[in-house]
Amino acid sequence: MSRFGSLPRRLVHLVIVLFGITLVTFFLLRLIPGDPALAILGSSYTHTRAVAIDNFLGLNKPIWTQYGLFMGRLFHGNLGYSFFYNEPATTVIAQHIAPTLFLVVYSAVLAALISFPIGFGAGLHRGGVLDQSSRIFFTLSFAMPAFWLGIILILLFSVHVHAFPISGFGSGFIGHLYYLFLPALTIALGFSTVLVRSLRSATIATLQAEFVDTARMKGIRWPLVLWRHVFRNAILAVVAVYGVNLAYLISGTVLVENVFSLPGLGTLLVSSVSDRDYPVVQGVTLLFAVIIVAINLLTDIVQAALDPRVGQEIGA
Amino acid sequence: MSTAWAASPSELLMRAATKAAGRRRSPIRRRATLIAGLVLLGVAILAVLLAPVLVSQNPTTIDAAHPLAPPLAAGHLLGTDQYGRDILARILYGGRIDLAIAFGATSVTLVGGTFIGLVAGYLGGRVDSVLMRLVDLFFAFPFLVLIIAIVAMLGPSIFNMFIAIWITSWVSYARIMRAQTVVAKKQQYVLAARALGYGPLRVMFRHILPNTASAVIIFSMVDAVGNIILAASLGFLGLGAQPPSPEWGAMISDGQNYILSSWWLATMPGLAVVFVGVAFSLIGDGLADLLRAGDR
Amino acid sequence: MTGAAGAAGAAAAPLLTVRDLRSYLATSQGVVRAVDGVSLTVHEAEVLGIVGESGCGKTVTCRTIMGLMPAATLHASGEVIYHPHGERSILNARSAELEALRGAHLAMIFQDPMTALNPVRSIGDQLLEAVTSHAKLSRAEARARAIGLLERVGIPAPARRMRDYPFQFSGGMLQRALIAIALASSPRLLLADEPTTSLDVIIQDQILSLLLELQQDTGMSMILVSHDLAVITEVCDRIVVMYAGQVVEEGTVADIINAPKHPYTQALLDALPQAGQRGQLRSIRGSPPSLIDVPDGCRFAPRCRYVTDDCRSWDTELIATGDAEHTARCWRQHEIERAEAWQQEQQGSGSA
Repeated sequence: MSRFGSLPRRLVHLVIVLFGITLVTFFLLRLIPGDPALAILGSSYTHTRAVAIDNFLGLNKPIWTQYGLFMGRLFHGNLGYSFFYNEPATTVIAQHIAPTLFLVVYSAVLAALISFPIGFGAGLHRGGVLDQSSRIFFTLSFAMPAFWLGIILILLFSVHVHAFPISGFGSGFIGHLYYLFLPALTIALGFSTVLVRSLRSATIATLQAEFVDTARMKGIRWPLVLWRHVFRNAILAVVAVYGVNLAYLISGTVLVENVFSLPGLGTLLVSSVSDRDYPVVQGVTLLFAVIIVAINLLTDIVQAALDPRVGQEIGA
Repeated sequence: MSTAWAASPSELLMRAATKAAGRRRSPIRRRATLIAGLVLLGVAILAVLLAPVLVSQNPTTIDAAHPLAPPLAAGHLLGTDQYGRDILARILYGGRIDLAIAFGATSVTLVGGTFIGLVAGYLGGRVDSVLMRLVDLFFAFPFLVLIIAIVAMLGPSIFNMFIAIWITSWVSYARIMRAQTVVAKKQQYVLAARALGYGPLRVMFRHILPNTASAVIIFSMVDAVGNIILAASLGFLGLGAQPPSPEWGAMISDGQNYILSSWWLATMPGLAVVFVGVAFSLIGDGLADLLRAGDR
Repeated sequence: MTGAAGAAGAAAAPLLTVRDLRSYLATSQGVVRAVDGVSLTVHEAEVLGIVGESGCGKTVTCRTIMGLMPAATLHASGEVIYHPHGERSILNARSAELEALRGAHLAMIFQDPMTALNPVRSIGDQLLEAVTSHAKLSRAEARARAIGLLERVGIPAPARRMRDYPFQFSGGMLQRALIAIALASSPRLLLADEPTTSLDVIIQDQILSLLLELQQDTGMSMILVSHDLAVITEVCDRIVVMYAGQVVEEGTVADIINAPKHPYTQALLDALPQAGQRGQLRSIRGSPPSLIDVPDGCRFAPRCRYVTDDCRSWDTELIATGDAEHTARCWRQHEIERAEAWQQEQQGSGSA
């Protein structure tokens, strides 16, 4: 029985979710009170263009046809035209993807580097110094809005101490790592709160498991037992948490990009909202959702790889 | 028989062990976290409600003589902003908005989401499938992005922010409640209630709900923190409260421009957010400790 | 059936000696005196049984011997002497010392096989871990030895099953795998804590036979812990009866079955259902005392049918019964004997 036995079913589910996403995104545009064409064109309004938009969106036709038109264009990579940038929305969006993706991955990795040792250590020495102090630290950082934390970090590390740049993306891989350190750290700290808590309780629970005693009974050194049995099993519990909360991480990027003036999807989203650039807003929302679906799929795969029980659907 | 002057092995050991066991924690100490959180929240609510009593200025009063005054200067405890408006006053009045959001947005989504989750979990079958697919759908979007998009379409304002939150946040509660209900459905007390002929509504609300409510209530505290941060975020992005509203997020956004010279403009409102956020977190943690200990 | 030492009797050398062991646990409710002055000896090639109800301290005794109690809460005193290792106590020894002993000299199997194995690693991995913990073997050698062990404990198609995970095994098979793991480094003493309790009756028999077979083949000693007196009497050479953290009776199987001296032991024997028995099962009324607020005097007093007022203030100790190596913690044992004999006489003459 293949480990990934439920993968076909999972893919079907995925496709359904993707369709649902397009549906929601489609309806977003319909939320606009008043005339969509007027809203979209804004200052570029001319009667001809308005009629063109009406036809483009199929506003005279029944809702199913509109959706059909929308989906048809979607498959051709056509997300509409940005009248603000005077380019197809897809082009505009594509130009802004790189910084966001880099930031997301960077934050996820930093979060792991921060939270794994702390969470594991806190669980191992429950009630100890690390446990108590990290608990206080993370309760505080959880209540901090990501954008405010970013500002504080800028204040501390860019203004008072010129260790890191205030804004920008930098060039080259190392440049990116340097420029994006503070933004990634901001997001990672918020994200780490949940990870640390989860890993800590997973560690405590695993330490009490009987298989840890069996391992010790074999006469293996304690550090080896910790690594092979306690850590490996505790991490499993965290992978799921990681996946679920990664969505919040993405929300964080929107704000952080704003604070650090990064030319990513988040900044694009916000600016296109105030620019009333609806096709771009729609496109970015759709893209974000697709990214999340992809990440969830990735976490599922990682979980299945680490835990042989996953593909078996065992249990109530 | 042990001799009178030498402690028996058991006595020696008892002494060592007793020291380690510690005194039994009084009921108050066990609830320390919860009480701390409630106190902090109480302080915040009182401060915000008694704002007119605590500060003499309005959030919009301009003190033209003292723009950008640092904290503790010229009768302004937390300093003034670029227009000379008192920061403390703005924080206290702005707090009304943010706390209103915390309570207003959270309570509606709590009730709505719990209800939907309860029904879905209890009825199962088609209803459950449909509702949970809907929930999954919403979870596919990063909340902030979706909310931004919705607010964008409807037009930026505080009320539209409420609507956006109501539309999107109920899903977390629904998911939690549904999971709890599915498990509860199989428990003895539910089977007993049904065997007695109680109708579904009664079983759901008078039997299942009281026993499973703890999870959603604890989560609502986390959600409250999230909603405050959300409101501040939208205010920060210019999508929620509009100027000259003293909403905390908007204040931070304003203050960002002055970060190099007048750090207090952006820092103080943030501290207010952290204060209230920590209050809710502590309440949530305290409740979790309390309720989970009772579950044993 | 008895172990290999059954015939040799007390002539075998002592392998493990426990003297006045106390394991106190510091908890938020107070200090739990889980093991309160237990002494026992296991000889070479001997099977020692520890019997008693839940909470009597038999598991904590074994875990304390192995050093597997949670360090944060445990306060232990007394001596645990593993003779091949020297005459000094290994209780509270440093981890390096204990790790050298575990696996190669002392091994333990636990009650629930489902939780005693890491669910996300293959059986093969976990077995290899045990095989290589005290011996430097090449991969091929280790694997061969592992497969050999699985075969020895009666797992069919061992080579293939090395790749399987715990959830793919039944309870009985898992327990066999655990036994294989415990024996991987050829220990001289195996502690088996309720190895059959979570298995159904037919499998129970198989596992017990397997354990006995292995014990006789390897000549290792075994401590078998159970609350089921029937299981104990089937397999063991000598028995230790525990109650409320103390040893209340100790002796050979024959002594315990035929001439139990402590009222608790007698009650346990009485409670065993007899084939063809009708009517109510005889159980022991009441429940064991709290281990936090330990009462003075005899701890069995509240439930004992021969109790007198003095029992509650008697500072208990194990008293010789007259049979060799048979002691019991009851100062009225001889009186009870005479009373019972008189009663039986009466019944005999009554029914004549």
